[in-house]
Amino acid sequence: MFDTIMAALGEAFHLIISGNHEVYSIVWRSLGVSGLATLLACLWGIPIAIALGLYSFPGKKLLMSLSNAFLGIPTVALGLLLFLLWSQSGPLGFMSLLYTPIGIAIGQSILITPILVSFTSSALNSTDVEMSDLAKTLGASTFQTNFAIIREALWAILLAVTASFSRAFAELGVAMMVGGNIRNVTRVLTTFIALETAKGEIAFSLALGIILMAIILSITLLLNYCRRE
Amino acid sequence: MAKPQNQRLIVSTTTSLYETGLLDVLETEFEKKHSSIDVAFLSQGTGLAIQTAMRGDADMILVHDPARELKFLQDGYGVNRKVIAYNFFVIVGPKEDPVGINGLSPVQALTKIKGAGKNGSVEWVSRGDDSGTHTKEKRLWTAGGFSVSDLREKSWYLEAGQGMTATLKLTDEKLAYTLCDLGSYLNNYKKGNIQLEVLVEEGEDTLNVYSAIANNPKHFDLSGTSFNASIRFLDFLISEETQEILADFGNEEFDSPLFNPYIPLLASGSNPEMLQWIQELAYFDGTECPQECRYQEGDLYR
Amino acid sequence: MSLKLQLNNVSKRYGNTKAIDSISFDAEGNNIIALLGVNGSGKTTLLRTIAGLERADEGSLSINNEELGLPELRKIATLVFQRTVMFSRSVYDNLAFGLRIRGLEKEKIAGEVSKALEAVGLRDLDRRKAKKTSGGEQQRIALARAFLLNPKILLLDEPTANLDVSSAKIVEEIIKNRRTKDCVIILATHNLHQAKRLADEIFHIHEGRILERATPAEFFTNPRNENTKRFINGELQF
Ligand SMILES: Nc1ncnc2c1ncn2[C@@H]1O[C@H](COP(=O)(O)OP(=O)(O)OP(=O)(O)O)[C@@H](O)[C@H]1O
Ligand SMILES: [Mg+2]
Repeated sequence: MFDTIMAALGEAFHLIISGNHEVYSIVWRSLGVSGLATLLACLWGIPIAIALGLYSFPGKKLLMSLSNAFLGIPTVALGLLLFLLWSQSGPLGFMSLLYTPIGIAIGQSILITPILVSFTSSALNSTDVEMSDLAKTLGASTFQTNFAIIREALWAILLAVTASFSRAFAELGVAMMVGGNIRNVTRVLTTFIALETAKGEIAFSLALGIILMAIILSITLLLNYCRRE
Repeated sequence: MAKPQNQRLIVSTTTSLYETGLLDVLETEFEKKHSSIDVAFLSQGTGLAIQTAMRGDADMILVHDPARELKFLQDGYGVNRKVIAYNFFVIVGPKEDPVGINGLSPVQALTKIKGAGKNGSVEWVSRGDDSGTHTKEKRLWTAGGFSVSDLREKSWYLEAGQGMTATLKLTDEKLAYTLCDLGSYLNNYKKGNIQLEVLVEEGEDTLNVYSAIANNPKHFDLSGTSFNASIRFLDFLISEETQEILADFGNEEFDSPLFNPYIPLLASGSNPEMLQWIQELAYFDGTECPQECRYQEGDLYR
Repeated sequence: MSLKLQLNNVSKRYGNTKAIDSISFDAEGNNIIALLGVNGSGKTTLLRTIAGLERADEGSLSINNEELGLPELRKIATLVFQRTVMFSRSVYDNLAFGLRIRGLEKEKIAGEVSKALEAVGLRDLDRRKAKKTSGGEQQRIALARAFLLNPKILLLDEPTANLDVSSAKIVEEIIKNRRTKDCVIILATHNLHQAKRLADEIFHIHEGRILERATPAEFFTNPRNENTKRFINGELQF
């Protein structure tokens, strides 16, 4: 057990410094796909979170419960659903999203939207009352007040975005079902790990896992570092 | 990423075949010859692989389950089936072989294992995932006169529900027995993942035959180009060069080939017994592909 | 004509608690009003209502005989909170916030901010993160942040509670200098001496009502209300 882990660490290190072409291209693809997924999720997730965190409207409670309920949606189930939708014989087959990186990105963006919405709206919520009173008494309009609160919660929101990205980056079900793990096309880190594990390449798989963790860790550390600056 | 003007040929195949690495080699070779076609392999369990093709999400299948292949053809989903290669399943178990199945026939071995299982002295691990290997295993039990649905109730009959590597690891940990394709076994054994030994070797009952089938363009309303690409790939698979690659694959790494090419066997007539086994298992009424299930087959069946 | 603030039967309930109970008064510019009263008597609620942060359940507020809603009130009234709140930004940004909202130019803002910081003796702190200053410093920042907006109604909720003696003195001086005919200053305090030193008028708030309204001299020497007398002697409880 210990031997395997040490071997994997060595292997991971070796893969990184030797610039293994296959691994690098897969890592870049994963970053691209999950980055796009995060961007898409922000596009609709942040406005929803702002609405939930700063405004009250009918159906807000329902929307919040819904978003909380979908926090733990099984990735394979979502992947399967999208697979059926986007299949040539499914209702959205004409979109040609199955087995494409864009398809994975869209699937992952759906997967992480609840996380993004939940984390962001609660970040906004928790800064709300006193800060908004302060902004208001200093003369801010409702819009300006909300802007100030969003700014105040910026780091917490960035943290939510990072957490969402990590979830997308580390998920397997959607990438596997929607992407199909096609070499050079839709193979991402997690599907690569699944394949190599199935092939019995235990140390290599573990090394890939270490690389995955290292990337997520670096992004989080970078964010924390920037925050301190 | 694929250049957009390239034709994408999606081949849905089984995990045990894909995981040997053979298909990546074939992909490279094929694309060297046909630079305008991008071959993409979807590696799934046999059940899902066939379903994917039935949904129209793949252009052809490369699997090892003759009965389901026939259904795929007869239901109009596929055309132009070609038998490509064969190898053998093996029954593997602990080196000490507590049940003593070494050298027995598969059915005899299973009978002994069942007896020992009843006494609680040994366990059997089934893939339990509806894969081609799983189908084969169920067929072996049935051949021995046992009902699989009864076996599933027994505490010594474990269903892994996972791929071959995971199933082998489970078998290894439990000092149990399982059915496995030779490729997966050698691969994991050479990597030191398992200590299991091959106890029951090749025989008619453990024959494993791989075939390729193109999606039926009439059924799927396929663009002619995608069907064309499937035919090219079929041609490529049965070509002399490819069959040689098949014969050599694994030699270097495992000191033993993982696959036996079928075309030379058919052509040379050097091993009539083997040929007969294969045709009994994987031919339908004496043909690898019924006449009505062929379409623009060209030279495929010459 | 100096500024005139009028409250007309203003009430505010929180659930079953009547935090303020039909309060009416007039106040003119050039005046400092001190609110005295035991904990929970309604001082903060009154200030927040005047600041336009709480919507009165009943009654009306007007400035110069014109009834105002919450947004208008917020534009002309500024409250310094009992519990200081800082944006998680630099001290400079905290002070500049209100000026930026009012659309002032950059140079103008810089000038105003440094003047205001100078006035509370925190000139060197402008680049510091506001949340990384001491409690007393934060209170002074909060005061400077309100002062530089020159509000017509300046509301101070226990402005010197966290300050040392000399800082409190400085702040009291600033408050006194703010007394102009265009500005009504209302402060809530627990410091009777401070009320005596600063106020032109003292309101004794009790259970959400104004029990006594008098000049400091009268208030401390000759209170009319029995409860006010007990309050001054520290015998009144909520
Ligand atoms: N947000 C609120 N929700 C419910 N009750 C409140 C709220 N704010 C104040 N109250 C209640 O209203 C009453 C008046 O409170 P207020 O804060 O105005 O008192 P105060 O005079 O400022 O007291 P202190 O001297 O302790 O600051 C109290 O009974 C208080 O508990
Ligand atoms: Mg108070």
